[in-house]
Amino acid sequence: MVFGTGSSSTKSTKGVEEVGGNLSVLIVDDDPIILRIHRMMLNKFGLVTHVVENGKEAVDLFRSGSCFDMVLMDMEMPIMDGPKATQELRAMGVNSMIVGVTSRGLESEKQSFMGAGLNRCHEKPLTTDIVTSLVQELIKHY
Amino acid sequence: MDVVSQLQRQFLDFTTSLYREGFLDDQFVQLQKLQDESNPEFVIEVVSLFFEDSEKLLNNLSTALQQHIVDYKQVDALVHQFKGSSSSIGAQRVKNVCVSFRNYCEEKNVEGCFRCLQQVKHEYHLVKSRLDALFKLEQQILAAGGSVPMIA
Repeated sequence: MVFGTGSSSTKSTKGVEEVGGNLSVLIVDDDPIILRIHRMMLNKFGLVTHVVENGKEAVDLFRSGSCFDMVLMDMEMPIMDGPKATQELRAMGVNSMIVGVTSRGLESEKQSFMGAGLNRCHEKPLTTDIVTSLVQELIKHY
Repeated sequence: MDVVSQLQRQFLDFTTSLYREGFLDDQFVQLQKLQDESNPEFVIEVVSLFFEDSEKLLNNLSTALQQHIVDYKQVDALVHQFKGSSSSIGAQRVKNVCVSFRNYCEEKNVEGCFRCLQQVKHEYHLVKSRLDALFKLEQQILAAGGSVPMIA
């Protein structure tokens, strides 16, 4: 339950829907509760999940050569926030699906986060229906 | 009625009352649906994280509001965090107080903020004691050889 400064990964072999191939998701969030919930949801779909606690760790992972099919990016984080990390990833040429998650409901803030280079943006916590649609989009396009 | 059925009935009645009285909302149901045999303690783990997080947040809020010059941005950030975490586990009444709390932060209304702090502490302790009781009932059902009923 304690997530250190490095990333960690788990895979569930009992997904609700087993997806073809080992699709991987990087969860970027400083909230341990959200991390636990989102990780559980994604594992149920048979996705391999890795977690980091801020945008800089996400950027460093990609820079070191790691690759993920999808990134779940929290908006507000210490050290480097979601919009900044998203901009940096896109500037690096990262084409992965990046989904923003925000606890703020303001449309203007969502639009601003989208403008940083997201594919989609949702309020947290994500629901099972939203995760289903994200996984379906991931399979179709990536 | 045997012991297991009695406990299960108690569990269902208690759970229904928690939703009816607004202590929990649908998000808690979502968490329960995620729990399975390979993660049988998932809900307790997440709720325990919430309890740990909340104790720290409440201490930090008390400290922040006792400052000679209150930093409302800091208070707002803490309340925002509390709103997020309570919302994540479905602690509806705690979340609702956080919404009012943030409005008082925006108005820089120190008395309003203090009232909300007392209210949010109160609601947090209410939901904590109810969740502790719920988990205790679950353990009793399992110890008696029964299974924990799910509210659909």
